[in-house]
Amino acid sequence: MSQVKSVVGRGIPLMGNDIDTDRIIPARFLRCVTFDGLGAQVFADDRTQLNGQHPFDQPQYQGAEILVVNRNFGCGSSREHAPQAIAKWGIKALVGESFAEIFFGNCVAMGIPCVTANPTDLQQLQDWLAANPQTAIELNLETLQVNFGDANIPVTMGGGARNMFLSGTWDACGQLVAQAEQIRQTASKLPYVAWSRASSV
Amino acid sequence: MSKGTLFDKVWDLHTVSTLPSGQTQLFIGLHLIHEVTSPQAFAMLRDRGLKVLFPERTVATVDHIVPTDNQARPFRDDMAEEMMRAIEENTKANQITFYNIGSGNQGVVHVIAPEQGLTQPGMTIACGDSHTSTHGAFGAIAFGIGTSQVRDVLASQTLALSKLKVRKIEVNGKLSPGVYAKDVILHIIRKLGVTGGVGYAYEYAGSTFEQMSMEERMTVCNMAIEGGARCGYVNPDQVTFDYLKDRDFAPKGVEWDQAVAWWQSIHSDADAEYDDVVVFDAAEISPTVTWGITPGQGIAVTETVPTPDSLSAADREIAAEAYKYMDLQPGTPIQGTPIDVCFIGSCTNGRLSDLREAAQVAKGRQVAAGVKAFVVPGSERVKQEAEAEGLDKIFAAAGFEWREAGCSMCLAMNPDKLQGRQISASSSNRNFKGRQGSASGRTLLMSPAMVAAAAVTGTVTDVRELL
Repeated sequence: MSQVKSVVGRGIPLMGNDIDTDRIIPARFLRCVTFDGLGAQVFADDRTQLNGQHPFDQPQYQGAEILVVNRNFGCGSSREHAPQAIAKWGIKALVGESFAEIFFGNCVAMGIPCVTANPTDLQQLQDWLAANPQTAIELNLETLQVNFGDANIPVTMGGGARNMFLSGTWDACGQLVAQAEQIRQTASKLPYVAWSRASSV
Repeated sequence: MSKGTLFDKVWDLHTVSTLPSGQTQLFIGLHLIHEVTSPQAFAMLRDRGLKVLFPERTVATVDHIVPTDNQARPFRDDMAEEMMRAIEENTKANQITFYNIGSGNQGVVHVIAPEQGLTQPGMTIACGDSHTSTHGAFGAIAFGIGTSQVRDVLASQTLALSKLKVRKIEVNGKLSPGVYAKDVILHIIRKLGVTGGVGYAYEYAGSTFEQMSMEERMTVCNMAIEGGARCGYVNPDQVTFDYLKDRDFAPKGVEWDQAVAWWQSIHSDADAEYDDVVVFDAAEISPTVTWGITPGQGIAVTETVPTPDSLSAADREIAAEAYKYMDLQPGTPIQGTPIDVCFIGSCTNGRLSDLREAAQVAKGRQVAAGVKAFVVPGSERVKQEAEAEGLDKIFAAAGFEWREAGCSMCLAMNPDKLQGRQISASSSNRNFKGRQGSASGRTLLMSPAMVAAAAVTGTVTDVRELL
C-alpha cells in the first residue's frame, strides 16, 4: 500500500467534453481476460481517425504522466478497462473539469488520483502544456494545486478519496476484508438475507 | 442532506463500518457478474489469496459477447470463447450460480435478475456494468462498479463508498398514446443534461411512474446513468409486489408477508427531505429521438435538429462535434432521416412488453427495402414468452430477424455491428461515437415502437401516425 501525496511528470492535454469510456477503449478490445495490452489500444478509433495528430500519438507527449481533460470525462460504461488502458499507456494522474462517477471510483481503486479544476484554469494549463510539453508539472494532493512553470492552479478532490491517497489506503480491499465479523453481523440483520439466497451453497 | 428517503434507509441498514478515509463500508445484498468485467477480478483474488466470502450472494450469466445468431460452442471468436471458459471455470471453482446459454435462464444480466425475482426492494445491488441502475425499479439501491470493486465485493461482500445526495424527479400525469417510458427518460436526460445527476441518486416519483408497469420502471431506472446518476429508484408499491409474487427467488408463505411489510417500511417517508426536487408534466413529453452523440442530445420527433444559437454556451461545443459526426444539419427535421439498421433489444428495452409494443407497429407491415431490422430478446425466458404469444411470427412476417438473447448491437462486443457510416434506429441506451461497432457508425436512440416505425418506413417516423 503506497501513499500518493504528489505526482510529478510531463503533462498531456486532451481537449473535448463528454469523452466516454467507449472512446477511451472501444468494446472490441474488451474481449480479453486480463488488462495486459490495453495500453496500446487506448483511444484506438479516435487515434486512427486523427492519423497521428491525436495527443496520445504526438511525439512531444510520449512519456507524459499527467492527463489534462475537460468536462464529464469517462462517462458511460463502467468498464475499468478504460482507466486501465490509460494507466498502461503511462498516465499516473488526471486533472479535469469533471469526471463521471464510476470512472472516478475505478481510478481511486487503482491508485490514480483524478482532481477537478475550473474551466478557465484548465484552459490555462492545457495551453501551457501545448507550449511546454517537455517540462514536468506537479499535482500536489497535500496543497491541492497543480504547479507548472511559475504558475499554479487550485484543484479539488472529494475528502474521502483524498484521504485514501494521502494515507495510502486507496486500495480498500484489505480494510474491507478485515471486517469479516462485522460484515456477517450486518448481513444477519437484513431480513432478505435469509429468504433470498441465490443458491444453497 | 436527505433524510427519511428510501435511499437513506437502505444505506443505513447496509452500513457495516466507517472507514478511516471517512467512506462508508456498505454491504451488498446481491452481486451480479458477467463475462466481461469479472475474469480480472477473480485473477486479483487469486493473486491475493482471497476467497469469495458469500458465494450464495453472487449470480452470474453471460450476455455481452454471446452471438445472437449461432451460439454453438466453441464460439467462432477465440477471444469470446476464452471469456466463456473463464466465467465457467471461475463460477465453478467458487461455487457461484451460473446461468449459461441454454439453461433457460440466461440473458442480459439486468433482465434475468428481475425476472427470476432475485432483484427485490430494499436490497443493495452491484454489478460490473453501469446499467445496474435498472434494478432500482424495485426500490433497490443498485449501481455499476469497476473490476477492482467486483474483486472487493467477491472478497468481502462490501464496497467502500461515499454517500450520494438524493434528487426527487417527479413526473405527473398520463402519457399520451405513442409516448413510452423510454421517451420519459430521454426527456429527463435532455432537460437535466448528461452531467446533471453526478453525485446524486435519483428517486423517480409522481403519478406517471406510479402508473407504470415494472418493465417500464426498469427502462427509466436503466438510463439514470446516462443522466450522470449512478443509481435511480422507484419506491416499491403494489405493482412491485404483484410482479414479484411467486417468482423463483421471491419469498414464499409466511416470509412473503414479512417481506411485504418490510418493503413497505423502507418506502420514502411522506415528510422525507431531499437535496433537490425537479418536477415535470407528462403531457409535455413527446416521442423522443436523439440526434447527436450523447444521450442528452434528444428532441421530440416533430422537432428540428437544434441550431447552435438555441443551445447554452456549454452545450455548443459537443453539438458542433455531433453535427459533424452525425452529418445532420442544424434546423432540419429529424423526421424523415433515412435509417439503415433497426435494433430492438438491450437491457433498456429488451423485455416482453417492449417486444409487444414493437410488434404492434410491425404487425401487417413490411420492413422497408434496404433496411436491416432485427429483434433480440433480453433473455431466454423473454424469448420463450414472446414465442408463446406469437410475437416471433409477427416480426418474421414483417421481415425482422428474430435472434437469441444477448446484449447484441447495444455495444457490439459480439458479431452484431454497424458497418461503416450506417445509421441505426436503436432501442438501446447509448449513441456515443463508435458505440455500435463501427468507428463511424451512427445511432439514433428511441423507444422500441419508434424503432419498429422506422423499420417499416425506412426513415425516422412519428410512431403516433402508425398506431
